[in-house]
Amino acid sequence: MDQVPILKIGQTLFVSIQIDLQDESVMLLQEDLAAELAATAATGVIIDITAVEIVDSFIGRMLATIGSISRLFDAETVIVGMRPAVAITLTELGLSLNGVRTALNAEKGLALLNGRD
Amino acid sequence: MDELPIQSGDDVVRVRQHVRNAAASNGLSLVDQTKLVTAASELARNTLIHGGGGVARVEVVKSANGRTGVKLHFADDGPGIADVDLALTDGWTSGTGLGLGLSGSRRLVDEFELKSEPGAGTSVVVVKWSR
Repeated sequence: MDQVPILKIGQTLFVSIQIDLQDESVMLLQEDLAAELAATAATGVIIDITAVEIVDSFIGRMLATIGSISRLFDAETVIVGMRPAVAITLTELGLSLNGVRTALNAEKGLALLNGRD
Repeated sequence: MDELPIQSGDDVVRVRQHVRNAAASNGLSLVDQTKLVTAASELARNTLIHGGGGVARVEVVKSANGRTGVKLHFADDGPGIADVDLALTDGWTSGTGLGLGLSGSRRLVDEFELKSEPGAGTSVVVVKWSR
């Protein structure tokens, strides 16, 4: 099983998913992020899914859960880089990523986080 | 026809990759590939978690009017599903999930057939055709 690295840049935790996600990796990421948020007091999380070829209901639910957990640490989560085919499929699957914000790319995601009051 | 085991999370990833390759090399568009792979991911996870493991079969098929499609068959010898209609309802879940796995994957494919009986396992066959 592969682990997804978490980088801290300023007040933001940056996660770029570059592996073919299996359920255990997503759950591990969730735990790692919670630990990192508690340790660093970061105020934002950016999850880059540019390289992610599919988001199924489990992965989608986990992304939404990460958003909820982050909020408990006073941090906001932005999912960036969703592929058009993934967006179409997620919608048809019936999944709405409630509670997480999305942005076109990492730059816009960062701007969204920095604009928060 | 290729047969792949589903006994672990790694196997689910391998099934996804195999389905992706089959869909890409048989003329499915990128969106259709993504839909089929997502459906395969949902169904393979069901086979693993609810069926206690099983197999996935991946087959390239031809329709009467000459279209190419990718057919997937997921089979397990698990406890089966008592009420198939209920299991296909949006939001119905046997566990902690969202209840979108079966109903959602049905929307992502062109053909969907689920056979199950309590104690006799579950079999799901889906087909996605090239346009």
